[in-house]
Amino acid sequence: MLGIVRQKMLEQSLKKIPPAVSVLRSYSSAAKQMTIRDALNSALDEEMSADSKVFLMGEEVGEYQGAYKITKGLLDKYGPERVLDTPITEAGFTGVAVGAAYYGVKPVVEFMTFNFSMQAIDHIINSAAKTNYMSSGQISVPIVFRGPNGAAAGVGAQHSQCYAAWYASCPGLKVLAPYSSEDARGLLKAAIRDPDPVVFLENELLYGESFPVSDEVLDSSFCLPIGKAKIERKGKDVTIAAYSKMVGYALKAAETLEKDGIDAEVINLRSMRPLDRSMINASVRKTSRLVTVEEAFPQHGVGAEICASIVEESFAYLDAPVERIAGADVPMPYAANLERMAVPQVEDIVRAAKRTCYRSVS
Amino acid sequence: MVLGRAFEDKCAKMYYDRKMLGFVHLYNGQEAVSTGFIRLLKQQDSIVCTYRDHVQALSKGLSARAVMSELLGKATGCCRGQGGSMHIFSRKHNMLGRFAFIGEGIPIATGAAFTSKYKREVLKEADCGHVSLTFFGDGTCNNGQFYECLNMAALWKLPIVFVVENNLWAIGMSHLRATSVPQIYKKGPAFGMPGVHVDGMDVLKVREVAKEAIGRARRGEGPTLVECETYRFRGHSLADPDKLRDPAEKAHYAARDPITALKKYLIENSLANEADLKAIDKR
Repeated sequence: MLGIVRQKMLEQSLKKIPPAVSVLRSYSSAAKQMTIRDALNSALDEEMSADSKVFLMGEEVGEYQGAYKITKGLLDKYGPERVLDTPITEAGFTGVAVGAAYYGVKPVVEFMTFNFSMQAIDHIINSAAKTNYMSSGQISVPIVFRGPNGAAAGVGAQHSQCYAAWYASCPGLKVLAPYSSEDARGLLKAAIRDPDPVVFLENELLYGESFPVSDEVLDSSFCLPIGKAKIERKGKDVTIAAYSKMVGYALKAAETLEKDGIDAEVINLRSMRPLDRSMINASVRKTSRLVTVEEAFPQHGVGAEICASIVEESFAYLDAPVERIAGADVPMPYAANLERMAVPQVEDIVRAAKRTCYRSVS
Repeated sequence: MVLGRAFEDKCAKMYYDRKMLGFVHLYNGQEAVSTGFIRLLKQQDSIVCTYRDHVQALSKGLSARAVMSELLGKATGCCRGQGGSMHIFSRKHNMLGRFAFIGEGIPIATGAAFTSKYKREVLKEADCGHVSLTFFGDGTCNNGQFYECLNMAALWKLPIVFVVENNLWAIGMSHLRATSVPQIYKKGPAFGMPGVHVDGMDVLKVREVAKEAIGRARRGEGPTLVECETYRFRGHSLADPDKLRDPAEKAHYAARDPITALKKYLIENSLANEADLKAIDKR
């Protein structure tokens, strides 16, 4: 809620800048590049600086500078009382963080990977997600659960699962998945400012990737609204909806499709819950075709939900069945060649888009 | 032990040559624990470990070729390339798995012990005094599942030995920073089982303690908690920069290398000579 209010204020203050000045600005400063890692680190730093109720908790977040270096430098800056290295006890420390949030502080809990969140899922769902409802609004839980989610490289079945669908099915949670550095900064800040529990799904393989960021994104008050998707590439022939790393694959697929005369519109979902049904439906009503892309297991997934939403609201607009691209329905194998076959590749997206356009896929 | 050390060093080389992917956790320095315990087991006894256990697999009888193939993701690997470094399973050798989440393997091993007792007492099967061993580290000892299983194992007198490989570090988290009462062996009696501390760098001492603990389990006297003080010479995994451990600490334990210690003992006590030992190294 607060995030949306602040975003509106930011928009209004930007509108006051006369156009001539902003044109000059865009010529005088080239877009900076920022890695996802730095985007997340700076977002945490700024939010901790702005609000002393925000603190970090997790394994190796302090002295080790973060298992993936996301929390680098924060222990030195904010001290061990606000950056807590925990023992290896996910169920325990998650419960402790949720209890602390009941009393008004704002924990940001790091799971070394979201696979480990399964040891704490009882607290995420039963102690955090459901409490505002069960207490009829008396207790709110301003907590963020963040960490890498989904497949990495050669880390095997127990380290590779994507949890977007599981968490996004639960009322009481907000579930976000950034793709770019702008997403990472804006959505993490929104998550920390949000009074409700937020599950923030990062991607290990994206941490080192750089994206251009504008001055607006770099400003410490920058924030993105929760529940809104983003059109990364406008198009008119087919809608491709994806989240996290798959957005990058969808954009590559769109480049390939363009050469074959298919103009794809790529939607970066950003928010699994609430899902931006209105934007996805508006896009499909324009293009009449839809491909959903996710790395996760196919059954009961995000793609399935989007398909249901389209069928419920825009069935008459579809010119072809919805294509759902997902990971293989198998625990993630270890061997590299098998792993490649178990996650979607750009060619899979291209083929699916062509199928919706009734083009031959050879 | 020598095979284990050579194997792990080869793994490191392959990893840095990018032939091996993902997470690889090496056992250098901890060989005495694996050898000391597992070499006393029968084939039907089971072991459950965490991700740091290529050497446990070798001690239990899996061929080095099968394990190395698995790490390289080959179809000839013991799990056909589907499991990888962290997930070695072998039905034949009763290696019930290596689990990535610490603490996860402990209830599994407790379950194996439960079945052993069940088969003997409920199903009245003969020859099932099988013992279950579970290996885990100091970090795991702060995890709830550890305590839940200590309780059940003692309550039901299960034939299991809980082996703690206390190498003082959980990635970059020192055991002392994470634990209110760092002496892990003291937690055994709180649950009704003996808790023993042993020098995990000395294979002969480990073997003595292991004999007693495994014997207890086989005789139906219940579980034992054994804390082995040991050390890993390499980082947590091959991706770990290992900056937080004090070089003096590393040097202290390097001087207590289990392989060097045993060599010295064998030669001093005339149980073998230099030539015999060189022959083992060559193999």
